[in-house]
Amino acid sequence: MLAEGIFAYLAAAIIVLSILVVTRRNPVHSVLLMLLLFFHIAALYLTLDAEFLAAIQVIVYAGAILVLFLFVILLLNLKEEMVVSRYIGPWPLGLMAALGLLFMITLSLRSFVAGPSGQITAALIKTETHTKVLGKILFTEYIYPFEIVSMVLLVAIIGAIVLAKKKLRS
Amino acid sequence: MIPLNWYLWLSAVVFIVGVAGFLTRRNIIIMFMSIELMLNAVNISLVSFSSFLNDMRGEVLVFFVIAVAASEAAIGLGIIIALFRNRATARVDEVNEMRG
Repeated sequence: MLAEGIFAYLAAAIIVLSILVVTRRNPVHSVLLMLLLFFHIAALYLTLDAEFLAAIQVIVYAGAILVLFLFVILLLNLKEEMVVSRYIGPWPLGLMAALGLLFMITLSLRSFVAGPSGQITAALIKTETHTKVLGKILFTEYIYPFEIVSMVLLVAIIGAIVLAKKKLRS
Repeated sequence: MIPLNWYLWLSAVVFIVGVAGFLTRRNIIIMFMSIELMLNAVNISLVSFSSFLNDMRGEVLVFFVIAVAASEAAIGLGIIIALFRNRATARVDEVNEMRG
């Protein structure tokens, strides 16, 4: 009963906050509501026995990505956002497309069949700790994707510098 | 025990909110935040699959998704700064240089 109550609170908060994030006029309000949303998602990960992911959700998403968003918003000085319309001209069309996609996802969720169960149970995670279990898989079976993702991050760093720097005089 | 379907429904609703925000908003920064919202919705469903199927691979995938989201945010915000420097706007309907 307690688990259902916690899930109901988290789900309601996540849905309401996500709707607020995409409808606020002021982008700074959107970012701050999104911070609250990410904390709720981290709590949802805790209820699913994923402590390490909850921690990096808070550290990477809330700590790094949202600060970057806030920094760019404050850098851009968006005064005209307060007066113009929030939505593009054909916004009902976009909303219709999104609701159509929801309908299709509804149909596909009905026919969902779960695959075979794996080896790593909640009891094993409790004895070995989540970080250790995740690290063992990440650094043995998924070592090449791990290296590739580090290259992706390196490219992103260089690309962000190249895009954002001022033109040098030739 | 909460059924897996509840988590999938939550994930689907958050994903659709992200899609709707991306398709309807005018401000390019809010559009990027909608993309982050969609990635988070996918992460919710991956973590719940991983937890219910007693398999760690979904959570490894979430780790990679977060890394890619971080690099996407860095690149995207760099593009926004370059756009704002050239056009002094953050509205997508005013940016049409590449229209054929």
